[in-house]
Amino acid sequence: MTTAARSSKPSSGVAQKWLHAYRQMMAIRLFEEQVNDLYTRAIMPGLAHLYIGEEAVAVGICEALRKDDYITSTHRGHGHCLAKGAAPDQMFAELLGKEAGYCKGKGGSMHIADPTTGNLGANAIVGGSAGIATGAAFSAKHLRTDRVAVCFFGEGALGQGVLYEVMNLATLWALPVIYVCENNMYNEYTHFSETTAGDILARPAAFGVHAASVDGQDVRAVNAEATKLVERGRKGEGPSFLLCNTYRYRGHHVGDMNREYRTKLEETQWMSERDPITILTNWLLAEKHADSAQLENIQKEVQTEIEQAVKFALDAPYPKPEEVDQDVYA
Amino acid sequence: MPEATEAIAQRELTLGEAVREAIAEEMRRDPTVVLLGEDVAEAGTPFKVLTGLSAEFGTNRVIDTPISEAGFTGLGVGAAMTGMRPVIDIMFGDFVALIMDQMVNQAAKVHYMSGGKWKVPMVLRTTLGATRRSAAQHSQSLHAWFSHIPGLKVAMPSTPYDAKGLMKSAIRDDNPVVFYEDKMMFRYKGLVPTEEYTIPLGVADIKRAGDDVTIVATSSMVQVALGAAKMLEDIGISAEVVDPRTTWPLDEKTIIESVKKTSRAIVVDEGYHRYGVTAEIASVIAEGAFHYLDGPVKRMGAMHVPIPFSPSLEDATVPTERSVFDAARALCNRS
Repeated sequence: MTTAARSSKPSSGVAQKWLHAYRQMMAIRLFEEQVNDLYTRAIMPGLAHLYIGEEAVAVGICEALRKDDYITSTHRGHGHCLAKGAAPDQMFAELLGKEAGYCKGKGGSMHIADPTTGNLGANAIVGGSAGIATGAAFSAKHLRTDRVAVCFFGEGALGQGVLYEVMNLATLWALPVIYVCENNMYNEYTHFSETTAGDILARPAAFGVHAASVDGQDVRAVNAEATKLVERGRKGEGPSFLLCNTYRYRGHHVGDMNREYRTKLEETQWMSERDPITILTNWLLAEKHADSAQLENIQKEVQTEIEQAVKFALDAPYPKPEEVDQDVYA
Repeated sequence: MPEATEAIAQRELTLGEAVREAIAEEMRRDPTVVLLGEDVAEAGTPFKVLTGLSAEFGTNRVIDTPISEAGFTGLGVGAAMTGMRPVIDIMFGDFVALIMDQMVNQAAKVHYMSGGKWKVPMVLRTTLGATRRSAAQHSQSLHAWFSHIPGLKVAMPSTPYDAKGLMKSAIRDDNPVVFYEDKMMFRYKGLVPTEEYTIPLGVADIKRAGDDVTIVATSSMVQVALGAAKMLEDIGISAEVVDPRTTWPLDEKTIIESVKKTSRAIVVDEGYHRYGVTAEIASVIAEGAFHYLDGPVKRMGAMHVPIPFSPSLEDATVPTERSVFDAARALCNRS
């Protein structure tokens, strides 16, 4: 992210690393709050699927990646894009359908793509990017680029057959792909226990895909696991699968206000006891990597950046109608 | 080929050999071209079209896949986006039903959805054509499905010459191109230049010039149309056979100009008659040459039935030289 000068002065590499992770998670949180606000005020066309509550997964994974590594994202993809390095101003511009957006306003919330950060695109078909991510890993191996590809998907995608087809291919051909399953517990409006038989990790294991699970609310745990899996991939040891247990604070999308399919108590418990930003904050303070003032400053800087990004997007022009049939063919 | 014939500009190849030669030349020219599909390596596909490619290029580039059409097609899309030029082999055209999300929602839309930032230079090679006694799930011609989707191109060669030139262009194209081969024509022979050449996508070819009626025919139906044209010649009707060669991009101009000249048009395509390629081309003719027409545009395609097994039934489902001849004769008021 391009941010203003940092006021905090990290005392060590470790502190620097986790303060950066804190900043990234805060950026996603505040970005999504703004999205919700834009939707509520009827400024944003269409819908958006908010990533609030799941920030530690995207940041923990992407902090283990190089800029030229690939990711594929999902309909709930803003967090992945930001964590991989997307600029909030071009993100907001895309969400508002503006010419200055990442996709010139042609993609919108569910299709942010950015070659400069290795983002192959968010995908609005559940499980739809499993093939693309595996193909990017195929290229990396064939062209010997040393890159890895991360395929983000929700636990809802566990119902899609193509995921298992490509996991089979990935093991057969030892492809450097990491399948990151974000189990936020809800396939849209349905609890995953109603849709998912058996043991989730047994599924990749059956294809010989190295499988692990991690507390998806703990960015340090996610990052530690991701670092190992990325290394495996780069060393040619084949695909892996990381199950990240997390929670979607908001509804399936911004318009899903009442959430009759789950209890308010469940939501409150996750938010008060398992919040990923709070967990990292407590650790940073306890380890004396930062004090409250530093963290507050970071939050303010991010807030300012997000506000400026929204302003940029609101002021930006819409694409001209003549643009409609451009980019259909390369 | 014997040495003596190498000096001449052309030699005879089957359609299958022409396809193989095109892929081999492109694989020699560009190391990012890889071939993926079921039984493509040592077996060279059940139709033997790819025989010899794995020996020349190795199984690192001519890759046998599991029977997972959606999986390896999706993998092809991602590989195409990230620096490769994959040729994905779908053995029977009917199996494209298994890959529609990868082609329609992914391959076709990646370029547009990303505002032109990502490209998908991929070829999907598959087959069409009935009368092989393969029944309802191995005989369909479903190219209209892909022709309907913005972002895809669809090539349908009818001769070895066209097959080679179009395949080379398809592999070099920066868009997903679906390449249809008539499985009944793999052994059909024709002259192919020794020198390298390409044929641009979107340029029709007049396979036979004529004055009285235009027969627009695609892929497997071009030879049928030419056979009918020969029969028509015997009764004094001069038929022009126009082969669009690609259903998208579609060379509307050549089709319209031909119909303006002849004033009569028949469109023959092996896809299902209803809502198909014939309907689209008939509409192009109606819009572009309405005032020149002496009669309604006649459409001929596969019957609206699942393709049956029994020869006596299957043969009734597709246009034949005789049925095209009869239609042309009726259109020209010569009964």
